[in-house]
Amino acid sequence: MIDLKNLTIEKAGEMIRKGEITSVELTSLYLKNIEEKNKELNAYLEVFDDCIEQAQKADEMIKSGKGTKMTGIPIAVKDNILIKGKKCSAGSKILENYTASYDAYVIRKLKEAGAVFLGRTNMDEFAMGSSTQTSAYGVTRNTHDLDRVPGGSSGGSAVAVASDLALVALGTETCGSVRQPASFCGLVGLKPTYGAVSRNGTIAMGNSLDQIAPFGKTVRDAEIVFDTIRGKDEMDATSVDLKIEKKELKKIIGIPWHLFEEGVDEIVINNFKESVEKFKKAGYEIKDIKLPYSKYSLAVYYIIMPAEVSTNLSRFDGVRYGLRKEGETVADSYKKTRSAGFGAEARRRIILGTYVLSHGYYDAYYNKAWRVRHAIEQEFENIFKEVDFVLTPTTPTPAFKIGEKMDDPVAMYLCDIFSAPANISGITAIALPSGETPLKLPLSIQFMAPRFHEKDLFELGKQFEEIR
Amino acid sequence: MEIKDVEKLAELAKIELTQEEKETLLKDLDGILGYVKQIQEVDVAEIIPEYEHRNIWREDRVEERDFSGEIIRKEFPDAQGGFVKVKKIM
Repeated sequence: MIDLKNLTIEKAGEMIRKGEITSVELTSLYLKNIEEKNKELNAYLEVFDDCIEQAQKADEMIKSGKGTKMTGIPIAVKDNILIKGKKCSAGSKILENYTASYDAYVIRKLKEAGAVFLGRTNMDEFAMGSSTQTSAYGVTRNTHDLDRVPGGSSGGSAVAVASDLALVALGTETCGSVRQPASFCGLVGLKPTYGAVSRNGTIAMGNSLDQIAPFGKTVRDAEIVFDTIRGKDEMDATSVDLKIEKKELKKIIGIPWHLFEEGVDEIVINNFKESVEKFKKAGYEIKDIKLPYSKYSLAVYYIIMPAEVSTNLSRFDGVRYGLRKEGETVADSYKKTRSAGFGAEARRRIILGTYVLSHGYYDAYYNKAWRVRHAIEQEFENIFKEVDFVLTPTTPTPAFKIGEKMDDPVAMYLCDIFSAPANISGITAIALPSGETPLKLPLSIQFMAPRFHEKDLFELGKQFEEIR
Repeated sequence: MEIKDVEKLAELAKIELTQEEKETLLKDLDGILGYVKQIQEVDVAEIIPEYEHRNIWREDRVEERDFSGEIIRKEFPDAQGGFVKVKKIM
């Protein structure tokens, strides 16, 4: 019997190559788990009907000697990444019956590598949320405590991996939507450098922030998925093909203590301090740093993101695809369609974005936010001349109860207070499991590194797996 | 901000709201704007971005794509003769 709990991509690959198991058998094990557990967890919105067929192809690919590390590996995909011929709803009623007309770049890369797509996973509507409670298709439950949220917006993908309903998964990040659920579910979550992974074929929320991002149980799993999906894509002008190289071993960690003097659970702080001690013991130099601009990251985010949301979501008008509700006139039809199709959070952000972009407020909000964004970018560029990594807790609290924070948007937004700096400045960051509370809820720390220094994060993360 | 401002924004964004939704939104927007207003205290007079935005072009030539007109037309909520169909504009 295979121990799925401790299975990694490389272990699975080795077993497949040695003939101890086939991809069809491995896929069947995950499908069986999904059948047993998904009703309760609601991690998947749809399980694909061609999983076994995909796995058969993967087995043939391996037999013919053309296999890669990802060949035959069962993966879950967030419901906002297009897979040709499959439904893709972004967790919204407005796209309930939308069928993707092409493959996202990352899907094409994974198909070429022979991965097996198990299904599409639940998410906050249009990736707007930090708890997977704003989905039009019900909440997803945290596998560590069913009364708690898994985080979000990529909560379905996180629960799929944490509950052994997939070996690895894809999510997307606009502001912590992979790192925060990784933290709540005890997983590794990587936020790639902006531009490291093509956004082609992702349903956009905030184009200047969005990145597709992997979940794994181990750093190495997240690394293998990242290596498979990254690279320059002609269809995304912001993607780049930089050689991501490992430099000499990095040893200086900066900690901006002033950013978490208040609003962070004691249990999180204590665990964080324990982790810092472990790095000290392992020979790392720890430096106290100040990031005066970065403390405004979340405020900047809640101006720039809604502005981009209000323009992006204007395309959902019931004309070319998705839901349509007929009204008396064209304008009535738009209104009826959008009111029936968008949930409360999507409407809130569209209206907020319309406000910050409107005449008279544009300079005070949107323009100012961009200037502060530049200041944050420069602040990170400068700090990385002094330190190799910046370390913070991933989230201020462990997973909270379902229903909490739903009537207080600002309280919900503050879940991502430590996520925001990396998205706003475009750098890379990784969430690493760092222990658990007495209630067995996962805790997590986050490392940030300069643009395109993912390899350094992987090396550091692997070392933490040894010493934690 | 007042209810009439919410109504104006909803009109611009083509979203219909009930009276109750307008009131909730007004409260939410006040809360969120109260939070994001903190950026106004930041002094950015000295901040000049070091990079420039530039266009990235592709050659203007026909290339193979995954999708086809047929696949795209299948998604139209209403169509006639291969065109999207909408209510009379004028």
